[in-house]
Formats: sequence, C-alpha cells, structure tokens
Amino acid sequence: MTAPSSSGSPGRATPLLAQIWAVIALPLISILLALLVGAFVILASQLVLPGGNLDLLLPLTAYAALFQGAFGNFDALVDTLISTTPLVLGGLSVGLAFKAGLFNIGAQGQFLLGALGAVAAGVALAGAPPLVAITVALAAGILAGAFWGFIPGLLKAVSGAHEVVVTIMLNYIAIAVIAAVVGGPLRQQGRPEAITPDVGNAALPVIIGNDGHAGIALAIVAVAVVAFLLFRTTLGFEIRIVGANPDAARYAGMRPRALTILTMSIAGALAGLAGAVVVLGVTHLMTPSFGTTVGFDSIAVALLGRTNPVGIVAAAFLFGALRAGASLMQIKAGIPVELIDVLQATILLFLVANPVLRRAFRLRGVKAGLETTETITKTYAGEVAPR
Amino acid sequence: MTTPDAPVRAPALEMRGITKRYPGVTANDHIDLDVRPGEIHALLGENGAGKTTLMNILYGLARPDEGAILLDGQEVNISGPSDAIARGINMVHQHFMLVPVFSIAENILLGEETMAGPIFLDRREARRGIVELGRRFGFEIDPDLRVGSLSVGWQQRVEILKALYRDAKILVLDEPTAVLTPQETEEIFAVLRRLAAEGHSIVFISHKLYEVLEIADRITVIRRGKVVGQRLPAETDEDDLAELMVGRGVQLTVDRGESHPADVAVRLEGLEVKDDRGSIAVRGVDLEVRSGEILGIAGVAGNGQDELVEAIVGLRHAAGGRIGLQGADITHASPRRINEAGVAYVPADRHRFGLVLSFPVADNLVLTDYYRRPYARGFIRNDEAIEATAEERIREYDVRTPSADVRAGTLSGGNQQKLVVARELSRDLKLLVLDQPTRGLDVGSIEFIHRQAIAKRDAGTAILLVSAELDEILELSDRIAVMYRGRIVAVRDGRTADKNEIGLLMATGGEARSPAAAIGPAV
Amino acid sequence: MDGLINALYSIPVAGVLFQLAGYLVNVVPDISPLILQAATPIALAALCGVMCERAGVVNIGIEGIMITAAFVGWYSGVLLVPVLGTTAIGPFGMSLALVVALGVALASGVVISALHAWLSISVRADQIISGTIINIAAFGLTGYLNNLIAKTSPNGAGAFTQFRPPREVTDIPVIGWILNMFLNQGPIAMSVIVLVVIFQILLFRSRWGLRSRAVGEHPRAAETVGIDVIRVRYRNVLIGGVFAALGGAYLSMEATNSFQQGMTTGRGFIGLAAMIVGRWSPVGAFGAALLFSSSTALGNSIKFSPPSGDLGTILTSLPDQVYDALPYLVTIVILAGVVGRSIPPAADGQAYEREAAT
Repeated sequence: MTAPSSSGSPGRATPLLAQIWAVIALPLISILLALLVGAFVILASQLVLPGGNLDLLLPLTAYAALFQGAFGNFDALVDTLISTTPLVLGGLSVGLAFKAGLFNIGAQGQFLLGALGAVAAGVALAGAPPLVAITVALAAGILAGAFWGFIPGLLKAVSGAHEVVVTIMLNYIAIAVIAAVVGGPLRQQGRPEAITPDVGNAALPVIIGNDGHAGIALAIVAVAVVAFLLFRTTLGFEIRIVGANPDAARYAGMRPRALTILTMSIAGALAGLAGAVVVLGVTHLMTPSFGTTVGFDSIAVALLGRTNPVGIVAAAFLFGALRAGASLMQIKAGIPVELIDVLQATILLFLVANPVLRRAFRLRGVKAGLETTETITKTYAGEVAPR
Repeated sequence: MTTPDAPVRAPALEMRGITKRYPGVTANDHIDLDVRPGEIHALLGENGAGKTTLMNILYGLARPDEGAILLDGQEVNISGPSDAIARGINMVHQHFMLVPVFSIAENILLGEETMAGPIFLDRREARRGIVELGRRFGFEIDPDLRVGSLSVGWQQRVEILKALYRDAKILVLDEPTAVLTPQETEEIFAVLRRLAAEGHSIVFISHKLYEVLEIADRITVIRRGKVVGQRLPAETDEDDLAELMVGRGVQLTVDRGESHPADVAVRLEGLEVKDDRGSIAVRGVDLEVRSGEILGIAGVAGNGQDELVEAIVGLRHAAGGRIGLQGADITHASPRRINEAGVAYVPADRHRFGLVLSFPVADNLVLTDYYRRPYARGFIRNDEAIEATAEERIREYDVRTPSADVRAGTLSGGNQQKLVVARELSRDLKLLVLDQPTRGLDVGSIEFIHRQAIAKRDAGTAILLVSAELDEILELSDRIAVMYRGRIVAVRDGRTADKNEIGLLMATGGEARSPAAAIGPAV
Repeated sequence: MDGLINALYSIPVAGVLFQLAGYLVNVVPDISPLILQAATPIALAALCGVMCERAGVVNIGIEGIMITAAFVGWYSGVLLVPVLGTTAIGPFGMSLALVVALGVALASGVVISALHAWLSISVRADQIISGTIINIAAFGLTGYLNNLIAKTSPNGAGAFTQFRPPREVTDIPVIGWILNMFLNQGPIAMSVIVLVVIFQILLFRSRWGLRSRAVGEHPRAAETVGIDVIRVRYRNVLIGGVFAALGGAYLSMEATNSFQQGMTTGRGFIGLAAMIVGRWSPVGAFGAALLFSSSTALGNSIKFSPPSGDLGTILTSLPDQVYDALPYLVTIVILAGVVGRSIPPAADGQAYEREAAT
C-alpha cells in the first residue's frame, strides 16, 4: 500500500552471529525437539508391546549408543562420512529439483539405477586399468540415473503428468529392473543365490582410514559444482526463475519445458552418482534386494538444508551420523533402525510447523523453516504445466 | 451535514470510528459512515484508500481494532459473512465471488440452499425461485447456464441476484462498473435506483467521479484511511471531488499532445489465436499500428484481448494468420526473438508474466537480458554489471525501494509496476504493448505510467494499449479499435470517438442486440 | 469353431493378438474377483483423494495413512484376541476382536489425517511437503514397531473371509462373471462399490457436496456466502482419512491376515493417479482403479498360468519382474495420456487465509 518497511529485509549491518542464528535457530530447535519425541516413542513403545517392562533410561542408552556409533572413534567418524556421502549427492539431487519447482521423490529409483549402471560397467571392466574402470563405471551410473530422471522430466514437460506420481512409480519399477538384471544377465555363475560378481578394479580407492573411499571427495566436488551452477551461471538463474515463476520465465525467453527435462536429468545424474559411489565404494557388488533408504533420506536432507548446497552438506552430515550410529543403537539398546525415520519425519514436522515454533520460543527475525517453491503444488495436476 | 430529507429517519447503517491497522499501515483511521434507508451512498476514494477494508469489516471478513457498527440504531457485532447475511447485509465484490464451473442456480443457492429433506438439494424448487426473482427485477435468466460462460455484465447480474435472493436490506457494491460498458453501467444503475426506491440501502464504492455524481444521493470521500469530506451531488463537481480524493489539485487527464504517426510498425493479418481451452478466441484480426501512435483496443474483458496480446509477444501460438514487425515475420518467433526485435510488454498480470516476486529487484530488472553482455560473460553471470544497471534504472524511473537486493514482492503495487516499466522501456523499441497497465494503481502511479507511454510515443515507438477501462482508452489513444468476440468490429479516431458509440460496440459488436446474444458465452 | 480359432491363432504375427484375445476370454471369468480385490485399496485411496481435493486439499500422505491403518488394524487384532476371543459373531468370519480392530484402524487413519489437515489448513504448510512428512513418519513408525513386535511373532485376529456366491449364479456367461466379481468378496471389497455410489450422489446432489466443491473451486466465494472454509476442509480431510484407512486395513485384515513392512507398495500413489484419470469423481476414480488393477490381475495370471502357444512362449520368456512392474508402468502410461485433459478443482493445493489482506 505504501512504501515497504525495511524491517522485513535483513540489513547488511546485522552481526555475523545474528545472521548464523537466524539460519540455524529453527533447525536446531527442531532437532532437539525431535530427539525428545524420539525418546517418548522409545518409552511409549515399551508399554504397548506385550510383556515389556518399562526402562526409563532406555532412551539415554539408545542415544548414547547412537552417538558412539557415529562419533565414538576414528572408524566411527569415517563410517559417518561414508554414510554422509550418498546423502550429500541425493540431497543435491532433490534440492536442485526443488529450485526448479520440481519434487524429485524419485531419487530412490535414480539411486538404484545409478548403482546398477555402475555395477554393470564395473563388472565388465573388472580387469581393466583402475582409472579407466572407475571413470567408465561412474559415468555409467551417472547416465543410468540421469535417464531415470529424464523420464519424469519428459513426461511432465510433454503431458503434464506430475513428477510425484511418476517418480514413485519409477521407484517401484527400478526395484523390479534390479531384481531382473541382477537375477538375470548380471548374475554370477555358480552361486546358489542371485548376486553379481565383484567390480574388481572399478572399486573406488580408499583415501581415509580403513574404508573411507574416494566418493567422499567426489561429493565435495559435486557440492561446489552444483553451487556454482545454481548461483553463478545463467543456466542456474534460469532453473531458479522457472521454479519461482514459470510464466515469467517463459516471457523472459527461457524454455520451461526444456529446463524441466534438463533439471530432472541433472537431478537423476546426481542421485545416480550417489548409487554408483555406494556400490563402487562400499558394497562392490549387488544383490536383487539391494536397497537403501538413501532416496527418501535425501528428501529430508534437501528440506532440512533449505535446498541450499551448503545447508545440504550440514543436513547430510546429521542424517549420515544418525544412519551410521543406528546399527550400534540396535545392537546395544535393541532399538530398530527405523527410529531414524521417525526422527527425520519429526524434525521436518517441526520445521514445517515453524509458525508455531516461532510463537512458542518467541523467535524473531529467524528464517523460515523450509524453502520450497509454490510451483510444486501448483503444477500438481498438470494444469499449469509449463509450456 | 445538513440534509434535505424532512423527517430525519434513523440510519439503516451507521459505522462509528472504525479503525483497522495492518502491520505498517493504518487502513482505516476512525472512519464514520451512515447510510439511510432507501439511500444510495457513494464511498469515493483512490485504490488503496481503505474502501474495501471498511466494507470487509462491515461484512465480517475483517475485524476492526476500534469502532462500532450500528444497524437501525442498534449496535451489533458482526462475527462473519454468515452473520452479516443474516442481518441483511450483502456485498457484491469487485472480483466476482462466483464459482465459474457452477451453474447460475448453484452459485445463487450456495450457502442458502433450498433443501428437499435434510441432505439433498431441491433443485427444481430452487430453479423456479431464481427464475421468478430474476423476472421481478427484469432479468430473463436460464439458471442452468454455467457462470464461467457468461459475459461479465451477466456475471454482475448474477451477483446482484445472489444478494437479493438473501433478502438484502443493505447492499454494498465494490467498484461494480469497473468492467462494464457504459450501457451495462446504465442498466445496473437502473436496477440500483429501483432497489433504493423499494427501500434498500445501497453503498456504492467507486473511484469514478462522474458515476458517483450520477448515481449517489450522498458522497463520502476517503483518503489514506480517513474520511476527508462528505458532499451532496448537487453541491459539488468533479474537480472538487478529485481534489478531496487525491489531496491536491490534480490534472485528471494527461495532456497527450499531438501525435506524428509514421510508417506501419506492426501489421496483423488474419490473426487467429486459441485460448487455453482450445477454442478460437481471436478470429481473423487485421490491424496496423504505426510508429509514433497509440492504438487503443477497447473491449469488455474476455473478448480475446489477452490472447491477441500474448500472440504478439510470443507467449501464445498463432493458430493462423501473420504478425509482421516492420516487414519481418514474427508470427512463430519465440518470446526471446520478439523481445530482441524491439517489442516490449507490460502485462496485465504483473505477478504472472512481469515479475518474479521472490527474486531481488536487480534480477527482475534484467529478467529479459540476463544472458547478454554485460550481464553475462558466456554462461557466467556478471553480478556487478547487473547491480550497476539496476541502480541506474531504479534512479531513472524513481522506483521506491530500500535497495536493489530486496525481493520485488516487498514493494508496493505502484512500485512493482514501475519496475516492469523500467525494465521494458529502458531500451530502443519498435513496439510497446501495454495490457491494462494501470489496473489497481493509485493516481500518482497512473499519471507516471501514462506520461511514460506518451513520451515513448513521441520518441517514435508504436504503442498497442489494451484496457478494460474505457476512460483510459479514450484518454490516451490516437486511434481506437473495438474488439468483440475475437474480432475488431470498428476502428475510430481517438480524438473524435463517442464514448456511447464505443460502449455500444463493445457490448454488441454493432449487431442488433438480442437476449440470446446478451446472455451467450462471452467467448 | 475350433478349426477357425486354430486358423486364426496360426496367422504369423497377428495370430499372437488373437491368442491374447482367446486367453483373455478364458481367464477373465476366473480373475474377475481378483480385479476388484486388487482395485479395492487403490479405489479407496482414490476416494480419499477425491474427498480431500474436491475441497482443495492435496493429500499425498494417503500411502502413509494406509500403512498406518494396516499396521494398527492388524496389531489391535493381536492385542484384542486374548481379551475378546475369536468367536464369530456374524458373516464374513467377523469376530468381535476383528470388528473392534477395524474400528481402531479407521480411527488411526483419522488421527493421521488430522495431522495433515492441521499442517496444510491451519499452519498453511506446503501440502505436498506435509504429505511427504506423513509418509516418512508412517513408514518409520510402523517399521519401528513391527521390528520390535516381530521378535515375538504374535498371532493376529485373523481376517475377514469372502462370501461365496452359488455356482449357478457365477456360471452365467458375462453377467455371472460380473456378479462373481462383486459378490465373491470380503466385506471391505464389497463395500467399495456402495461407497462409490453413495459418495458420487452426495458429491453432486447434496448440500454437503455443493459446499465442498465450492470450497475447492473458489474458497473466498464460499466464505462470502457464510460457509466456513476451514471447517469444510478439515471435515473432508478427516472423512478422507477413513477411506484411506479402510484401504490400508483391507491389506492386513482382508487380503491377508498379517502385516509386512511397506506392504502398501505405492497403492496410495496409484490411487492418486486413479483420481486424476477419473477426473476427481468417485465413479471415474473407481473405473480408473479397475483399469489399473486389471493389469495387476492379468500380470499375475500370466505369471502363474501362462497361455500356451506362441504367445505363451513370448510371455514366459520375459522375466517375472516385468509382471511385477506392470501396474506401475500402466499407471504411468495412462496418467501421461490423460492428465492434460483432466482439470483439477481450481483451488486445489492452495492454502486459505481467512482475513482479507488489504
């Protein structure tokens, strides 16, 4: 109505500490609250189960084991880094798509396909020189993931079919594809169970500790590349504008359809790289039931990281630590690893409900809990599919 | 505040000291208003003066921070729209509150359903009631027609019927004539006079001075949330009201000066364009705009103007025909090529095509050139160059913003529009397309944009102006083309055009008017 | 007759198509009940979608509601059997424990829906993000509890059983097959068709339906005639939760009598696709669900009793996983073909703010 008040925009003079607080206040509070809820779940589940006796200290035992498993010694820390690596790549995948107004729930499927591509190439080149084998295997994983991202991008651009439904379907199809390929053409001869041969020379070299593979470095490079792409290039500008307002993008001469396809393909490539890194760096082979929680964790990582590459690294480290520590928690406290999913969902829940948190904790001037684009829900039924 | 009414009746509605504050702005500041039974009371003020807020408070859509509302002398507390309706207050909103995919009957019934039993609607009885009600006020309506297929004039009537169906004692109309032709306006006025004669009280909100003088029994003027005066139509004139409304002596019309049209800049030949639903919206338009002239397209909203404009700037595919820009064929060119060829566009919906509200002002100022030197070197952005240009354009076009880094969405509507204008006009142009360039703006911003348009014209740019406000078309255009159902039905000289003739052409396309044509789909 | 058929079957290339047609005629009578069974959870998910989205709330948390209800229904049965016993009290193998457990399952669906309603209506969070959180939470919590419980491997309360229509009825050509499809079912599958018809009529003929649709198309207009938009949205999302929960309960209490982690396998999302393909109408969504489920039923049929001849050779040479993936493939293909022509409610997915902004 009148001239805007400048109070809503962060001035340049704000002290650095206040700026940092503004960014991390809500995530921090959400994480702490989620740990409380997790403790409550652990306590309550003892009561619901038949014959359970109440151990009031169980949450503490569990969290202590979780912490020990994630940071207890050097090996644990390396484990955390190994778990963090695919989450960084997956988080970048989902986060990049968010920037373009696309919801990539399909990181899981792209991850699986990427892993399959890398294993196929790796097995074929198991005896080749490592540099060649690794490069080709990584490239195969990236391409396979990109293809699995290209499909929903194309369908959205051409027909308006929303990526949420399509990518979920593709996740299930990916499971079937892996089972068919690992149980069929890639199956190792002479083994009773379906399993692929080892990737041999295509395995990533170890760079930290006993099994800290080179994928960790790859993830760091990927963060820099994606950040540069998004904020320093014209293509990144186009991706962000399309996400914020596809109509204005069209008027500005950008091509929302092409950008949708391209962004989904890049997102798929990143998730595919995550899959390649896991098989080439950790498992070195695949079984038909090869599956992880990386794809779904990536959504949480991207949201918690506010779709920003640096934020994604921090969020991935948190969830990587939880995943790395979870097995020790299961062994020591008997708490199923699915507690991590509960914690994840609860963190996001508090972030989404940030207006309530702000009131409860009297937070002022802190940034919103989640950054996504309205376009995601707007294009839901294909009505406003960018032309 | 003396009135000629001999025995002074208690006001049907009285609002006392109404105050409403929003963060950073006081929308209503101790406003007093009283409306008598059978009176048409005009509420006059600029866009953003606080008229709509006041009426939202009356209708229970917003809660006042201070003040009281009295109906027939009794203080009441209006808790929400259903409470307002129950008390006989009804409102015809500026943006129609009609569900396009519902039939007329469903729209009128909604919230006040005629029931057959506890669960199901009694559609037959409802239809009968609506037809009867329409007849009482001289509308012959088919209650099964889809509202989305009606012309705006008829949608307006449905809105009024909706209010009457609820037995309105006090009827508030918010800018009811904004989208109507002069003839439709007259028809609505006739209905309002009849309602007033039957004892209904009417609050008529407008910013059009001559209309207010014509229809109102009394006029209350508000400015920046305050009542600044009350007048009887007999005691005042347009200049007096304008000064009250704007707060300074204003020249309501910009002096457009002489135009010097040169060669044809744009030529449309047999242009056909489809709308979103795939039906033909522009049916074979032939039109020329010369360099150095403003061609205004008059027409009731929804007669193909949007599709025409979007085809010219490349946002919509032409289904047939040709668009030529100084001899070059740009019919199927991309928006970028058309932009580079020297066509600029100030869209009707700046939030849709014009701006990216969540992005900084600077990015919005280079939205169409971001890929070119000096803003990009190869595919790398050059932030310094972008910032420098932004600062320059902000200064040149007097955009009021704390800095070039704030989000465009934090600026006021007028400044947002200036942002669009600054980007689109600050280069050499062959054609400037202005689509509803001043909708919803305050007088100062309107004046600014009109001056910019005339300056561009005098610099030799061809200008295509589309507006649903006939007054704006008449004020600026050197030539006026009337668009009706996707066709250009007439072209008139801008200085000699007769408002009533143009209005009639807008409403009927120049054909004899039949009821079927009036009620039929508005393209 | 047989000679003609054999001649048709032996035409090169085209003969395979005739063989397919022949196979379909052969198996459809047998698999027709399977089609409705496979369609039941999808259709109920789709009804939940229609219920929410007609009022303007996008709900992609349906999958999460379903898995929660599947778990809660099954596990309530486990806990209730020792208390209430397994004595049958009615048709369909109903025991008191089973019926109460179903009630608890439906209640759990309402609770989860309430969370989604609160986030998307009151907090005005992005509705797709809210639904995603619900999915993550539901899969995490059910997986967590299931892992704890699995150690004890308890017995459930059993499952609802199917009604067996007499053979004289089901043997009638065509009509009998259709009757078989709808009658050779348990109570939840049988109720779907009833729910669809009632919902369809209410949505387009009742006051509730008129108001719900108005809220989904133009909430501001609805509010100006005195309709409480927030309340209508809450109510529809909560009722939608009952539908989705019924679909989840079907999986663990009628189709099987056990719970497996992640047993909904995307049916909530396929239901959303059915809703879009069915143009946001209950009958249309049900039709689309039948279309999707036919592919599942046919895929299973081919997997377990493949046709003979050339066709059989071709089909059996494909890996089994092709048939596992078939429903997902069919969903993508049909969705991509239909979606552009299917127009959602105008205010779908948009949060509503009560007070006017200016």
